[in-house]
Amino acid sequence: MKSLRILLAAALLAGTAAHAAPLKTDLAKSSVSATFKQMNVPVEARFKTFAAQIDYDAAKPEASKAMVDIGTASMDLGDAEYNREVAKKEWFNTAQFPKATFVSTSIKPAGAGKLAVAGKLTIKGKTADVTFPLTVKADGKQQVFEGQLPIKRLAFNIGEGEWKDTSMVADEVVIKFRVTAGQ
Amino acid sequence: MQRYSSVAIALHWLIAVLIVGTFTLGLVMTDIPGLTPTKLRYFSWHKWAGVTVLALAALRLLWRLRSRPPAYPAHMPAWQRHAAHSLHGLLYLLMFAVPLSGYFYSLAAGVPVVYFGLFPLPVLIEADAALKPTLGALHYWLNMLLAALVALHVLAAFKHLLFDRDGVMQRMLPFSK
Repeated sequence: MKSLRILLAAALLAGTAAHAAPLKTDLAKSSVSATFKQMNVPVEARFKTFAAQIDYDAAKPEASKAMVDIGTASMDLGDAEYNREVAKKEWFNTAQFPKATFVSTSIKPAGAGKLAVAGKLTIKGKTADVTFPLTVKADGKQQVFEGQLPIKRLAFNIGEGEWKDTSMVADEVVIKFRVTAGQ
Repeated sequence: MQRYSSVAIALHWLIAVLIVGTFTLGLVMTDIPGLTPTKLRYFSWHKWAGVTVLALAALRLLWRLRSRPPAYPAHMPAWQRHAAHSLHGLLYLLMFAVPLSGYFYSLAAGVPVVYFGLFPLPVLIEADAALKPTLGALHYWLNMLLAALVALHVLAAFKHLLFDRDGVMQRMLPFSK
């Protein structure tokens, strides 16, 4: 895992040398959340700790790269007791899997202000190929990247045992993110 | 002795059963430690039942405004009439205040209510971490006040049945003539 991370970082650095410098993420204007339905009630959980590294050049969008690290223990359901519960083994198992990661494999332009992103999403040690649309718009000197990515929680073993019941917590979870970054 | 209208009697007992059930469920569910599917299920049921009480209370208030209840027996002293009126007034107030405090508590916690898992009810306030504990405490203490007043209400009814023997309680019983 660690060597993989170093490899990825090296790859990113290599990319950086060839293209523009990676953008600096403005965490105050960025957010990552997961919305799911619990007995049909929409519940939004926010991740307080995450890091995003985006290498984006509007002139050469297909050379873009993105890498996002999310601290699974920072998930906030708005209740301290519930936050402790979802850190446990049946949910995120944050002791063993402290991070969820996304690493792009391809980013292609898809119309004005839009990108089609493909990449690998790893949660709780399980990696899946995902694709999702991303919008990008300039905000002053910064770029705002926004997107939604629906996933199936059971594909990542999120909610084991009695929590597999999707009538209690739906299988579909929508990850919403907004990353503001600039030079 | 003149009885309450059958609509008033039906609403009284339906709400009474729902209040006792919802109150008990509230105590049970908050006693379950951690997070379990049962606990989440109970929370949802509790909220659905609470919203039902609120809706029935609104119906009941409307009915009460257009169909006056039967008069108290002539022998009842004035202070007892005042006490009965005040207690009934407070119970009406709490039939609204208790579910509403719970509803806003849930909203402050960032959990909207979806009635029977089918109908999303209005989100009137945003999630508010600072307001959440205040509304939680308010909901709890309004419930305790309601429990105390219901106990008083039941004791008073039995006083009429067993000591005064004036038929006041029978006016609200579903199956007496």
